[in-house]
Amino acid sequence: MQLSGRGVTCVRGGREVFTGLDFEAISGEAMAVVGRNGSGKTSLLRLIAGLLIPAGGTIALGGGDTELTLPEQCHYLGHRDALKPALSVAENLAFWADFLGGERFDAAESLAAVGLDYTTDLPAAFLSAGQRRRLSLARLLTVRRPVWLLDEPTTALDVAGQDMFGGLMRDHLASGGLIVAATHAPLGIEARELRIGGMA
Amino acid sequence: MTLIDLANPSRFLALSARVLPWLAAATVILLTIGLYQSATAPDDYQQGATVKIMFIHVPNAWLSMFVWGVMSVASLGTLVWRHPLADVAAKSAAPIGAAFTFLALLTGSLWGRPMWGTYWEWDARLTSVLILFLMYLGLMALWRAVEDPSRAARAAAVLTLVGAINLPIIKFSVDWWNTLHQPASVMRMGGSTLDKSFLIPLLVMAVAFTLLFVTLHLAAMRNEILRRRVRSLQMMQASQKAA
Amino acid sequence: MTALAALIRRDIRIALRVGGGALIGVLFFLTVVVLMPFAVGPDLAQLARLGPSILWLGALLASLLTLDRLFMADHEDGSLDLITMSRTPLELACASKALAHWLAAGLPLIVATPVLGLLLNLDMVSTGAVALTLLAGTPALTFTGMIGAALAVTLHRGGLLMAVLVLPLSIPVLIFGVAASQAAITGPLSFGAPFSILCALSLVSLVIGPFAAAASLKHGLD
Repeated sequence: MQLSGRGVTCVRGGREVFTGLDFEAISGEAMAVVGRNGSGKTSLLRLIAGLLIPAGGTIALGGGDTELTLPEQCHYLGHRDALKPALSVAENLAFWADFLGGERFDAAESLAAVGLDYTTDLPAAFLSAGQRRRLSLARLLTVRRPVWLLDEPTTALDVAGQDMFGGLMRDHLASGGLIVAATHAPLGIEARELRIGGMA
Repeated sequence: MTLIDLANPSRFLALSARVLPWLAAATVILLTIGLYQSATAPDDYQQGATVKIMFIHVPNAWLSMFVWGVMSVASLGTLVWRHPLADVAAKSAAPIGAAFTFLALLTGSLWGRPMWGTYWEWDARLTSVLILFLMYLGLMALWRAVEDPSRAARAAAVLTLVGAINLPIIKFSVDWWNTLHQPASVMRMGGSTLDKSFLIPLLVMAVAFTLLFVTLHLAAMRNEILRRRVRSLQMMQASQKAA
Repeated sequence: MTALAALIRRDIRIALRVGGGALIGVLFFLTVVVLMPFAVGPDLAQLARLGPSILWLGALLASLLTLDRLFMADHEDGSLDLITMSRTPLELACASKALAHWLAAGLPLIVATPVLGLLLNLDMVSTGAVALTLLAGTPALTFTGMIGAALAVTLHRGGLLMAVLVLPLSIPVLIFGVAASQAAITGPLSFGAPFSILCALSLVSLVIGPFAAAASLKHGLD
C-alpha cells in the first residue's frame, strides 16, 4: 500500500500555501511533515483527508481497498478531539465505532491500552486535555483504518503518554499501517521527513 | 475564441474591455428609442397616463427574475464545474438584481397608488416581488459577511439554487394566499389583447433594460476581478513582510 | 443503518442532557405566545380568532432559531470533519441530524400546543387542527432551516444572518399551515387542499434540505 501525491498545490483564501508538492509513503512507514508555522502542514493532512480540495495535482492510495475512497480509509486526528462533553467516555467511543463502521475491536481493550479504563462511565466533560487526547487515540484503536493522519498528536500528552503513543504507532506500522504526522516535536518513532514551505 | 479561453480572467478582462463600449452604446440607443415610444404611446382609456409606468415597471419586474436565473446558472458553475469566473458573475449580479427588483417594487407601488388609493396593497404580484427583494438583500448580506470571497462563493451558490427552486413555490403560495383574502390583482396586462401601440414600446424597453443589465454586469464583473487581484497582491505583500 | 441510528441516538441524547438545548425551544415558544396578548389585547374572542396564526408564528420562530447550532457544535469540536470523511454519505448524515433535531426539539413544540391553546381560548377542534398542521409542517421548517445551519458553518457566522436567509424560504409553509388550521376551524375552504400541499412541502424539503446542506458542507470546512 502506498500513499502518493503528485504536484499537489494548496490555495487557501486566495493565498498559495505550497505548490507542486510530491510525496510518497508506503505501508509500515511513518512520514513526518515538518515546516514552520503557516507552511501548510495541517492543510496537507486535510487535503489527504479530503476535507480540502487541492488547487492542482493528485493524491492517491495504491493497493488499498478499491471499493473505498481515500478519506474513507483514513483516521484523522486533528487539533480538536471530536468529543461530546455531555456523553460518557464509553458513549463517545461507542458512537464513533458505530458511526465510522468497518472492522472494529473491543472498546474496553482500547480504553485500557490508552490508560483510560478507570473513567469509562464518567462524562467526557470531566477529562483533562491529556485524557481527552487519550480518548481520541482510543478511537484509532477501536476502528481499524490503514492510514492514520495525525496533526500534532503528542500535544497535551505527558511523557508516559508519549511513550504509550509511540508503542501504539509502532504496532500500527507493524500491522501494515501507514502514518502521516504533522509535527514540531519529535514523533517518538522512526519517520521519514517531508519538509514543506522552505527552511524552518 | 472558445468558452475555455473565456474562463481565464485575463482573457475575460481583455475581451470585455473591447465589447463594453459597443454594449453601452447599444443600450443608450435602444433606451432612447424605447423612452420616446413610451412617451408618445396613447393613454389607456381606463388608466389614463399612469399606464405609462408599465413601460418601466414590466422590464424591471422581468429583470428581477432574469437576474436570479443568471445567478443560478453561475451558481451551478461554482458548484459543479468550479469555473473560476462563476462566483465573480454570481457575486456581481446580486446588487444589480436587487436594484432592478427595488425599481419594480417602487414603480409597482406608484402604479397602484391611483388605483388602490394607497401606496402599498398586499397584492399577490407585488408581495412576491417583495419577498424576492428580501432574498436579494439576504444574498448580498451573505457576500458581505465573509471576508474571503472563495468561501462565501459556495454558500451563496447553495442559497441561490435553493432560492431558485423555492421561488416558484413562494409565487404559487402567495397567489393562493392572495385569492383567499382578497380579489385578484388590478395590475393585469390584459394578456394577448394588449394593443400593438403598447406592445412594441414595451418590447423595446424590455430589450433595452436587458442590455443595460448585461452592460452593468460585465462592468461589475471587471471591477470584482480587479478587486480580487488587489486583494491577493496585498496578501502577497503581507506574507513577504512576515518572511 | 447502524451508523445513522448511532448518529440519531447521539444527537437526541446530547439534546436531552445538561447543556442540550431541546427544552429551550419550548420555553421560547411559550414566551412568544404569552407575549402576544400584551400586543393584541386580552380580548378572548379576538385571541381565539388569531390563535392559530399566533401558534404557527411562535412554532416557526422556535424551530428555526433552535437550528442555529445544528452543525456548528459538531464543527467546533471537530466531529464534522470525521462525519464528512466517513463511509456514510454526507446527505444521509445531514438528514439524520435534522431528524434527530426534529424529534428532540420539534415534537415537544407540538406536545406543548394544547396547553398554549388553552391560554389562547382555542377549543378542542381548533387545538387539534393546529397540532395536526404543526405535525405535518414542522418537518419542512426543520429541513429548510438545516440549510441555514449548514451555511452558518461554511460562513463561520450564525444568528441573525441565518434567520434573514432562511425565513423567506419558510413563507410557503407558514401560508399553508395557517390556512389549513383556519380551514378546519372556520371553513369555508376544505381542510384537505391546504393540508395536502403542506405535506407536499414537507416531502419536498425532506429531499432538498439534506442535499443543499451537504453541498454547502462538503469541502467548505476550512
